Amino acid sequence: MREFQYSRATSVADAVASGATFIAGGTNLLDLMKHEIAVPGRVVDISRLDLDRIEPEGEGLRIGALVRNSDLAADHRVRQSYPVLSRALLAGASGQLRNMATTGGNLLQRTRCPYFYDTAMPCNKREPGAGCSAIGGVNRMNAVLGVSDQCIAAHPSDMAVAMMALDAVVEVEGASGTRRIPITEFYRLPGDTPHMETALDRGDLITAVLLPAPKGGEHRYRKVRDRASYAFALVSVAAVVRMEGGVIADAALAFGGLAPMPWRVSAAEDALQGQPPSPALFDRAADLVLSGAQPQEDNAFKLPMARRVLAATLADACRMEDPQ
Amino acid sequence: MTRHRKIDHPDNDNRLDSMAQGVLGKPVDRLEGPLKVSGLATYASEARPSGMAHGVLVRATITKGRVVGIDRQAALALPGVMTVITDPRMVRYPAQGMAGKGPKAGPDVVDYHGQPIALVVAEGFEQARHAAKALRITYEEEPAPTDPDTVTPEVPDAKQKAQGDLDAAIRDAAFSVDCTYTTPTLMAVAMEPHAAIAEWDGDRVTVRAALQMLASDRKQLADALGVGPEQVRLLAPYVGGGFGSKLGIAPEAVAAAIAAKELGVPVSVALTRMQEFDITHRRSESRQRVLLAAGADGVLTGIGHEALVSNLPDSPFSEPVTQATPFTYQAAHRRIAHRIARVHRSCAGSVRAPGEAIGVTVFEAALDELAEAAGIDPVELRLRNIPDREPGTGRPYSVNRLGDCLREGAHRFGWNQRRAPKERLEGEWFIGMGMAAAVRVNMLIESRARVTLTEDGAKVETDMTDIGTGTYTILRQIAAEMLGLPVDLVEVHLGDTDFPPAAGSGGSFGAASSGTSVYLACEDIRARIAERMGCTDAELRLQDGRASFRNDTRELRELLAGEVLVAEGHVEPGDAEKQARQATWGAHFAEVAVSRHTGEVRVRRMLGVFACGRILNEKTARSQCLGGMTFGIGMALTEGVEHDPRTGHIVNRDLAGYHLPSHADVPEQDVVFLPDRDGFAGPMQAKGIGELGICGAGGAVLNAIYNACGVRVRDLPATPDKVMP
Amino acid sequence: MQTELFINGRVHRLDADARVTLLDALRHHLGLTGTKKGCDHGQCGACTVLVDGRRVNACLTLACMCDGAEITTIEGLGEPGALSPLQSAFIAHDGFQCGYCTPGQICSATAMMDEIAAGWPSHATEDLNAPVRPSPEEIRERMSGNLCRCACYPNIVDAIMEVQG
Repeated sequence: MREFQYSRATSVADAVASGATFIAGGTNLLDLMKHEIAVPGRVVDISRLDLDRIEPEGEGLRIGALVRNSDLAADHRVRQSYPVLSRALLAGASGQLRNMATTGGNLLQRTRCPYFYDTAMPCNKREPGAGCSAIGGVNRMNAVLGVSDQCIAAHPSDMAVAMMALDAVVEVEGASGTRRIPITEFYRLPGDTPHMETALDRGDLITAVLLPAPKGGEHRYRKVRDRASYAFALVSVAAVVRMEGGVIADAALAFGGLAPMPWRVSAAEDALQGQPPSPALFDRAADLVLSGAQPQEDNAFKLPMARRVLAATLADACRMEDPQ
Repeated sequence: MTRHRKIDHPDNDNRLDSMAQGVLGKPVDRLEGPLKVSGLATYASEARPSGMAHGVLVRATITKGRVVGIDRQAALALPGVMTVITDPRMVRYPAQGMAGKGPKAGPDVVDYHGQPIALVVAEGFEQARHAAKALRITYEEEPAPTDPDTVTPEVPDAKQKAQGDLDAAIRDAAFSVDCTYTTPTLMAVAMEPHAAIAEWDGDRVTVRAALQMLASDRKQLADALGVGPEQVRLLAPYVGGGFGSKLGIAPEAVAAAIAAKELGVPVSVALTRMQEFDITHRRSESRQRVLLAAGADGVLTGIGHEALVSNLPDSPFSEPVTQATPFTYQAAHRRIAHRIARVHRSCAGSVRAPGEAIGVTVFEAALDELAEAAGIDPVELRLRNIPDREPGTGRPYSVNRLGDCLREGAHRFGWNQRRAPKERLEGEWFIGMGMAAAVRVNMLIESRARVTLTEDGAKVETDMTDIGTGTYTILRQIAAEMLGLPVDLVEVHLGDTDFPPAAGSGGSFGAASSGTSVYLACEDIRARIAERMGCTDAELRLQDGRASFRNDTRELRELLAGEVLVAEGHVEPGDAEKQARQATWGAHFAEVAVSRHTGEVRVRRMLGVFACGRILNEKTARSQCLGGMTFGIGMALTEGVEHDPRTGHIVNRDLAGYHLPSHADVPEQDVVFLPDRDGFAGPMQAKGIGELGICGAGGAVLNAIYNACGVRVRDLPATPDKVMP
Repeated sequence: MQTELFINGRVHRLDADARVTLLDALRHHLGLTGTKKGCDHGQCGACTVLVDGRRVNACLTLACMCDGAEITTIEGLGEPGALSPLQSAFIAHDGFQCGYCTPGQICSATAMMDEIAAGWPSHATEDLNAPVRPSPEEIRERMSGNLCRCACYPNIVDAIMEVQG
């Protein structure tokens, strides 16, 4: 870890004006600083700013950026009206990490690609132009969708997958004032600039995440991982499905473990809408989700796995008998 | 006084069964428990001698070649940085267990990606950690093979064995199996990373270290440093797990001692978790082909077990995958093949139950395939193939309890409830049962201990370690039993080379070997007490601090009259180990649930039935077995190193990438010990426990997966992608 | 950096590099080595301590960020002769072998019981909106952030269940 100047922000304006790297939960930033993957010269501690409340806003909820993952998962409004979010949070990390990690920080988690973490190996995300070691290397955990020939890193968050399915909006305070970015526009695909991951500019501070009015319906978060707990997703799916008169009235689906960002395919949701649930329908939706996939040797399994997880999750959300 | 015994004959006196105190075998709480649960037990990295500096090792980022330049300037210019050390005595990888010399030195020659090549020392840990990143190193790189499947392996003659005509047996068999399994590189991953704090006093160095076998470690460190063993003192009173990874000295201890000498201050070097993966011994990956031939009745006619493992060129160790295959089951026609691929991955060495851990696991999975092919119950198939004498040599078994373990386990587990694959479905989960035999060779190693009896109680001293195995507690119990004292009146001091040299913790021989040395020392003290009582040892009864012979009962205090009785026990292995095949035996049973959608596997319950001689402490012995069984869960389901195909280095070099089983992966586990005595193991009739639990455990899980969903995973671990039914 | 930490009921004034984590502050600067370093990256749980009553990974917390915080380490839960019920239960159930993950397990479990009492759900909770009941399944899931290589997991669960009642 390089030496840095540490200070504590006294206000949001103070923090934004600093132009420094913000630390709140620290669960990912300190991890990266120890490896000298993140090397901030100035670190501003925002953990004591007044951004840790969950409040109603309109028909939805306003979640302060500093609300800890454990508090968010346990919030009664979230448990009742946005259970997919509670479930996603509880499927991630550990009890200790959820007590530290914040809502804003979770959105900004960096990839867990092992080559990003290993400074002995080239990585375009860490050092633009260096090359991608995951291509041609060990890439079992890497992305199959939205990748480029520069980077195949996957986004590791569970929470953000649920936020994606819930159409959350990210509130950002920056030099030019406050702006609200729909989560669908918050993340960037790697393309030729894998080091640029979000729509944030230097100095921008996430102040809140806004959830629109509850969608109702059945909420599911299903995560497949290499052990029963405390592991990143191989594949995960967040599904919010509302049935009416035996057909799917609407469905929101987002995937983790598959792409450089929480992955949502509106064409797949459209294909479900107005249809009676059936294995064939779910398969069609999976075709649409997975079209254009570019798997590597080690992670090609994610395609059949995503298909199966989607089918099982939709069947469960539609309260179908377990499909044969 | 030293009481020495070489175990040349089986000792079936069972003296311990006639002792009066009644504490041996009992589930006594751990002696050091209160210290461990309150954070007061101090491990290697927890001393703070004044003026101590911190060192951080720097790794090579090429696979093979030479370091041709190290630009120290940037590092030395950083605040607090004291020195950068590249001493030629620094070692490239750890010593193998019980080696008499230090491992290969010369950090400028790179044998594998991740090898330590320098040590940066600074006043503060944070300063050293950062400065270690600031070294600029240039290399001359050479091409090097890293994939065991792409090189022509060595085929050492001494490791190939054949008897009869296996190919003919396969050809003529009513049922046969020819299958190939692969197991990945596995790591010990003790929770305490390797660490050393070295401090010189003149030409003597004291190193607080995380080590399992101090007597041989001392010789290795002395050799590495170029000093005499008497100049080295090692301290390891508490060791945060070993599992083989701390058998021999490792680069941090050598580097810390060199730096401390150069700087004249104590130096602490601890490996980071990533360095643990880079530097410490790995269990070699393996490719195992198992050939089985059987008659229509399931009686085996042929057994073949062929293994390909890897290690660095010149490394003497190769994973003895087939170690138990020659003596577990009978068959007239047999073939053992052992090949070693020389590749530039990190050094391979002993990890918990080297050989059987992966060899028995795979063999037992292959037997399940035969049972399936022959339509014979897997337990029954094994029962039909237990030999009367050791195949090949014709030696007797010291004891063979495999059949007893299988029958007892099947009964307790409800094995008769097992159904055909895919027949049991609960919601989305297929439920299945699997079983496997457990077997592990048993060894005794030379060991010494000193016992002192005073009016206030007894004291045991030996350089034996307790790496979580329960040594403190069982040595206390042995001394208490032999000397007739309540356990609270026995102190145990371990982990200091100033004490008599012990076997150390490894190969499951620690308890029996060091325990026997304590037993012998106590025997000597008993003889002296008996003399005072005017009787023989056999006639003497010691209980609760009193000695009795017939109607004469006297307080020990009175008998000692202020005198202190000191004795040293010294045990050596002898001919007994050649006269019979000694092993420990067991049977594993597992029930799993497999998601029909995702291939996720959850172990629902597990049972291990074991026979390993006299149990010295029911509680700590059980915990050892739980640990082994859970290693088996990891081997079957979650654990595996992924080597980079270009550099050979371990890519998943942290605990987020290398998945130890977590709480949620481990269900209720039952452990049952069969009452057992084995005189060939020595006067205590006690044998190894620490490794038996892992041998075969993963096989039971793999076989249960097949029984649940009909998927046979032959490429371990059985992660969801490989299972998806 | 000047930092004031309230550890186990005592004030400690730390003057250290801003890079010093809470874990290294305890181990290297304050003589409290009961808190263990197993991975230094939040992947094992050996460094679990309570900060303002909540369990956290001390390795991923800067000491300076804890200025003014109440910290409880294993040394603050009990000592030989005056052990906490959970510490005693760990001994009775043999909830450890090598003992290195043990302080983290015990700190974690201590706070975890409070989380259950507060009604926090977990991944193992069937119904997010029903009261949470302690069970072996709940405990296993909630304790999964504390790895134990000796694998005393069943014994740890037994120890916690005994105290949880």
